[in-house]
Amino acid sequence: MSLLHFQVLSAALFSVGLYGVLARRNAVLILFSIELMLNAVNVNLVAFGAFLDPGRIMGQVLAIFVIIVAAAEVGLALAIILRVYRNRGTVNVDEIDLMKW
Amino acid sequence: MSPTLAVFYLLAAITLGSAVAVVSSRNVVYAVLALLLSLVAVAGLFILLLAEFLALVQVLIYAGAIIIVLLFALMLTRVEEFARVRDNPQRPIALVVAGAVLGILIAAFLRFSPATQELKHVGVTALGSELFTRWAIPFEVASLVLLVALIGAIVIARAGGRE
Repeated sequence: MSLLHFQVLSAALFSVGLYGVLARRNAVLILFSIELMLNAVNVNLVAFGAFLDPGRIMGQVLAIFVIIVAAAEVGLALAIILRVYRNRGTVNVDEIDLMKW
Repeated sequence: MSPTLAVFYLLAAITLGSAVAVVSSRNVVYAVLALLLSLVAVAGLFILLLAEFLALVQVLIYAGAIIIVLLFALMLTRVEEFARVRDNPQRPIALVVAGAVLGILIAAFLRFSPATQELKHVGVTALGSELFTRWAIPFEVASLVLLVALIGAIVIARAGGRE
């Protein structure tokens, strides 16, 4: 079990999440994929911290900040999705094109 | 193959398998459950990295709070479409882009191979004292961000005021 194992895993997880963000249509499903990407970043941060940081703690601290921001993001995104659904009757991102030029 | 490595491969397979299920499932509820499985497997990976506090936070906040919030978002929006979600016509492009990013990332990681150290356990005490001394101001700012975001969420989602 080396650093490379975790790096490749988190790269794969990030790519899967990226695919989901690009391919999904439902705004809530896009949110799921963003969570996957944030988790990939967390795995990477903790692995780097554990294998490279002499104090072995920096990665965990940064991962905690990422989790805080993820929680804030999910709350706000949920509120926005609910508001869009109430006003426009859909969460399909292809139909939410009011600000498209 | 050492037992740790076997556990790592198991957890990695669960994480990636359920992540693929999240982005490819036609049924939204299955996607939520797969996301839950993926997040719990990531908590297992944190334990392998001897970051047990982070594993706890992962289970509490992600698998507990965030999954519930996402389920709320699902239940309050299009319930009738749950069983048959359709994806974009741009799926092939998405596949190519994701594959390219994966290739670039792995190539970069293969080129960058620093001298690593042995894993060593640092307790929650060390993490807490680091968080509240050296990282105290960022920590407070982060809690402010969370507070503002949640108040903003309540204001946005509140009933009434429809234009």
